[in-house]
Amino acid sequence: MTDSSSKTACTVAIIGSGPAGVGAALALHKAGIDDVVILERDQEAGGVPRHCGHPPFGLREYHRILAGPSYAARNIQAITEAGIRLLTGHTVTRLGKGGSLDLVTSQGARTIAAQRVLLATGTRETPRAARFVSGGRPLGILNTGALQAMIYLKGMIPFRSPLVVGTELVSFSALWTCKKAGIRPVVMIDEEKKTGVSRLVAMSHRYMGVPMLLGVEIINIQGRDRVESVTIRDGNGAIREFACDGVLFTGRFVPEASLARLGDLCLDPATGCPAVDSEGRCSDPAYFAAGNLVHAPVRVAGQCYRSGVQAGLAIARDLGGRVHEKDCPIPPDRRKRT
Amino acid sequence: MQIISERDVAIVGGGVVGCAVARRLTLEGASTVLLEKATDILDGASKGNSAILHTGFDAPPGTLEWQCVQAGHREYLEIHESLGLPVLRTGAMVAAWSKEEEERLAEVLAKGRSNGVDDLRLLGRDQILEMEPHLSPSVRAAIHIPREYVIDPWSAPLAYLLQSLENGGEVLCDAEVTAGEFDGSHWLLQTGRGTVRCRYVINCAGLYGDLVDKAVLGDADFTILPRKGQFVVFDKAAASLINSIILPVPSRRTKGIVLFPTIFGNMMVGPTAEDQESRDDASVERATLDMLAEKGKAMLPDLKNIPVTATYAGIRPATEASPYRIRNEPDRHWITLGGIRSTGLTAALGLAWHAHALLREQGASFTPLENPVVPRVPNLAEHLPRDFSRPGFGEIVCHCEMVTSREITAALTGKLPARSLAALKRRTRVTMGRCQGFYCSARLAELTRAKFATPLGVGEIND
Repeated sequence: MTDSSSKTACTVAIIGSGPAGVGAALALHKAGIDDVVILERDQEAGGVPRHCGHPPFGLREYHRILAGPSYAARNIQAITEAGIRLLTGHTVTRLGKGGSLDLVTSQGARTIAAQRVLLATGTRETPRAARFVSGGRPLGILNTGALQAMIYLKGMIPFRSPLVVGTELVSFSALWTCKKAGIRPVVMIDEEKKTGVSRLVAMSHRYMGVPMLLGVEIINIQGRDRVESVTIRDGNGAIREFACDGVLFTGRFVPEASLARLGDLCLDPATGCPAVDSEGRCSDPAYFAAGNLVHAPVRVAGQCYRSGVQAGLAIARDLGGRVHEKDCPIPPDRRKRT
Repeated sequence: MQIISERDVAIVGGGVVGCAVARRLTLEGASTVLLEKATDILDGASKGNSAILHTGFDAPPGTLEWQCVQAGHREYLEIHESLGLPVLRTGAMVAAWSKEEEERLAEVLAKGRSNGVDDLRLLGRDQILEMEPHLSPSVRAAIHIPREYVIDPWSAPLAYLLQSLENGGEVLCDAEVTAGEFDGSHWLLQTGRGTVRCRYVINCAGLYGDLVDKAVLGDADFTILPRKGQFVVFDKAAASLINSIILPVPSRRTKGIVLFPTIFGNMMVGPTAEDQESRDDASVERATLDMLAEKGKAMLPDLKNIPVTATYAGIRPATEASPYRIRNEPDRHWITLGGIRSTGLTAALGLAWHAHALLREQGASFTPLENPVVPRVPNLAEHLPRDFSRPGFGEIVCHCEMVTSREITAALTGKLPARSLAALKRRTRVTMGRCQGFYCSARLAELTRAKFATPLGVGEIND
């Protein structure tokens, strides 16, 4: 925690210290909105890039290629240098009408009344359960996020020879993470008949010595304490069993929109993202949302940062600030937001 | 042959029945040891049930099950506050969705009343929708059972056993009972941990009850026919959609598929009833989960916008016949409480009294404790203050379920420390929320390093 003041009002509260939250905070700062606070529920700020130990991060923001943890550290350094308040270990538990936030901290519960709130809570992968995957529930079933956090933050290995589910960009990132940690995936599978990436990226599984099977479905996960094997069925009905000690479910990102869902903000039923207008404003005009919370499909860190910057500028304008494009720490993307 | 424990009574099996029996016999003055074959209690049938505190309105009239459910319901409400156990006073509705079902409601009502549940009443569609405005208007009628409640299925048995332990009882995990000899006054039980000497044995081994009888007595008078039930758990956003437990009009075989709020603030649909050979294969199947989710949405249309949090299956110890299978062997100082299925969570407290009565008939005599210690278990219920609402909790480790590092540390220590992730989940809810460990697995692996029999990490990067 970098601040333990019990101040109960602020101009803008930003929930989440990942790339979108940081981009927004810096944009607000440049636009002269100085009473900004970033609320981070984790003990360490920086968001998901903290545990993506691979490049490339930071090209747009810092004009160099960084690995995720250095990129996250740079972001937080920029926040600190700008003198923006950043409160870690602060969990927002409820979004009240008009920007009134209920928080829990180890020092006790508190409320913050913010004139505007930016939701920048990011995205996460769909876990096994919500995919309705058949089989038992032994130890060793996890998402890429958990794998990378274990390896890059804790130096721990959850399995040695997992079966990897998914062929999105993150799935190949997971293969790199495995390679780095000495983990040897037995096979990479997808229910879809096509991968979710370019052919060039898709080729990399060969380089990594991991066979890929498309159009196959898991029909059982076996193992008493830890995963022992996975049985799959292909499009022709043929059944194969792979010995493995884990199952890694990658991708199928869903917005971390629980606060919005449990609050009274409208969600887009198709994506589960908070519904926002062209300025990034939610159904309650005190709330804005940015970054991967509103991106479907998910985007890379630099794009989330830019989305945060745009939301920050929109909030500044909304608050009556005089905002010029040059106030923006990086040039806003001219393409239309989708 | 080394005797590792010498007690008045050995209780075989750390499910809800074994835990309740350990509590009752300890309170009645017996020295007890509970023998559990797994690394933690609640590893069999008791790890996956519907968590409903039943009134017994639909129990077979006049049976031991009916008596024990009613006694259990009563005692739970008497003791829950002192033990720190929650009750969500939901009430239930037996809802009819077709004309045939509607016609059978009169039977349900009559049976309930003859079972002594006198506060049942018939509701028409308008009354139902007034109480449950999100329920599908295709509902036709229902019987309202005001005193069917939702409880915490894991904290309750944990509290029962802790009360036994706090008052001198003992528990041995990893202690599967494989054989035994009776010399006319004492048993020598062979377990995975060593030999246990005791005067009486209560077999509460649930899914393995028949196997324990066979291994020790040489025969069993019932056979466990495992029956799997799959469940789908919806996100906490669904909890505001419904107040009551929505029960189907019962068939002979099973209570059927239920839609109900959980004490943890989720909404659940299940269970199925699938006979299988395996006593421990609690796997889920996609087609069944799809079917359950569809059933849920048919009853509660707004569920269609609610994400699924979890899926799981439980296995209930059915037998060839529906009644509880009680075996009383006075000559051998042995009692088997077998075939306790879905009503077991409620009935366990009543069964514990029954076991005590049978022991007395067998000649056992104990002096009840005068001022027993009453331990309190941590609250995990969503509607009551959780640990995070008290300052000084350290950090929130599991953000979805708001589990603190203080709670985790407490669960990893004490009289019955969690020695597996499953055990820690039951004691704290960690990783049981919507992200299923995406955010907290790494921190959890670190916090539980060297604590679990099967660790979360299989190695370190630099080893």
